[in-house]
Amino acid sequence: MLRAKYLITHSHRSIASSRYLGTLVIAEHEGGSLTTSSLSSIEAAAKFLNKDNSLSLLLAGAGPTLQEAAANAASSHPSISQVLVADSDKLKNPLAEPWAKLIQLVQQKGDYSHIIAAANSFGKNILPRAAALLDVSPVTDVIKISELKTFVRPIYAGNALCTIRYTGSNPCMLTIRSTSFPVGSTAPDSKPNPAPIHQVDLSTFSEDCSSRLVKQSTQDSERPDLGSAHVVVTGGRALKSAENFKLIEKLAEKLSGAVGATRAAVDAGYVPNDLQVGQTGKIVAPELYMAFGVSGAIQHIAGMRDSKVIVAVNKDADAPIFQVADYGLVGDIFEIIPELLEKLPEKK
Amino acid sequence: MKIMVAIKRVVDYAVKIRIKSDKTGVETTNIKMSMNPFCEIALEEALKIKESGLASEVVAVSLGPGQCVDTLRTGLAMGADRAIHVDAPGALYPLTVAKVLKALVEVEKPGLLILGKQAIDDDCNQTGQMVAGLLNWPQGTFASKVVLDKEKKSATVDREVDGGLETLCLDLPAVITTDLRLNQPRYATLPNIMKAKSKPIKKMSLEELKVEVRSDLEVVQVTAPPVRKAGVILSSVDELVDKLKNEAHVI
Repeated sequence: MLRAKYLITHSHRSIASSRYLGTLVIAEHEGGSLTTSSLSSIEAAAKFLNKDNSLSLLLAGAGPTLQEAAANAASSHPSISQVLVADSDKLKNPLAEPWAKLIQLVQQKGDYSHIIAAANSFGKNILPRAAALLDVSPVTDVIKISELKTFVRPIYAGNALCTIRYTGSNPCMLTIRSTSFPVGSTAPDSKPNPAPIHQVDLSTFSEDCSSRLVKQSTQDSERPDLGSAHVVVTGGRALKSAENFKLIEKLAEKLSGAVGATRAAVDAGYVPNDLQVGQTGKIVAPELYMAFGVSGAIQHIAGMRDSKVIVAVNKDADAPIFQVADYGLVGDIFEIIPELLEKLPEKK
Repeated sequence: MKIMVAIKRVVDYAVKIRIKSDKTGVETTNIKMSMNPFCEIALEEALKIKESGLASEVVAVSLGPGQCVDTLRTGLAMGADRAIHVDAPGALYPLTVAKVLKALVEVEKPGLLILGKQAIDDDCNQTGQMVAGLLNWPQGTFASKVVLDKEKKSATVDREVDGGLETLCLDLPAVITTDLRLNQPRYATLPNIMKAKSKPIKKMSLEELKVEVRSDLEVVQVTAPPVRKAGVILSSVDELVDKLKNEAHVI
């Protein structure tokens, strides 16, 4: 009864009802399914923001794969109350300009108390722009949700943690570090009743095309995605060449892990930029992180300090990396890596 | 075309920071401060564009207390033509900074606004995106390459994204935020440092720019991250494999 009263109040917008808490999750899809980082956002929203109230998912793009993703999303998590689908050619590519306008449009209709996105290159690019349109200070790269509007985020390359409270009016906007909100290992049972799917009314959506996608070059790999892999094997500049870096790749393969790199290794051209782990590269938190020929600069540590087990191999016993490593070996990586390849057990 | 570059004065990237015992923040008194590395890259890119003949003037702007002038002098020494210091004491969140930059853009009317992608103190990575939204300008964030087309009045920007590289074409005026590999910033030469002393730094106030500092964020506390348990140096690969298997249980 009470809920119905609040819902009517909400739809007439006669009073800003602070009890109606709805969260909007900005989600991404690939090949007809939600991405892992989107599942993380849903998990974070469901666990910390929304115990009883509605969780709306926003998906955008164009065509059949979008509709397929929406159908899958509708049954992906028991907390989802609706899936909003924005189907337009203007949203075919993840451009910030139309996306920010879309979020503004959806917020103006839905009056959500929270808007959440992953702190990946998509979320980082789009959410602050949307926040500016809504005249809201966002909180980005959140690693912990302490209270409904109180968050913890790393500063100074993770050498300090800032607890920050949002004191403004709705919406409270945040991006979360997916590694801090892991998706449960047990897949939730499909909802017996999938959430309703609503097409967003884009009739007023006019977006000038002041930006256009020219091309994308993504590395297609059979190896697991760096951001969500259980094992990461990283090489530094000590590998000395792209050819030598293959040793790192072999070790990663043996451990069914992903390959990472330091900024120095990427700058030197041994590997492409999407393998960079660090303050301004990828943040990873695998079960096992192995760093070979990595000195351990503050900026690199920032990207991997939350790994469960850290192994470092470096010929310099004073390398800072040994201060974060659980296990260290001082020696020549060109001897140690082949020995490891030989002695590590085969993956089952 | 004029290029505006926003620069921030931050704790130097090599400093090992200390957290204040009252948990209100990070210790910055008597600590070495420098131009944010990403801002240096932003300024370098503006200077390169000017040197290639595609821009006539580079204006460096910075918001904050009086010491910002030092950072602006460094920018002038690198080659910026003039600078603007917006005097604003106290904490400034990205939304306020974005509003100030918008006001400055409306005064100066640049064809390009370049910023670093993030400041290495708060690591927010928000300001460029926010000012682009406020101006309704296209944005090219995390840029690793910028090529201007004067005739077409557009910029082709390669961006470093999670999956690799993405190339966008943006109509000018636009906002670009710089990533690490965009360029290698120059050192200010002694003659340029001397020349910089006579380049103008205009002082402006928030009132003049009609920007209100709104605080919708409040810092509750600043604390240290959890300390990792000390590790051990092992003596052989055999020992490592054994520990990983039987102690850590990760393989």
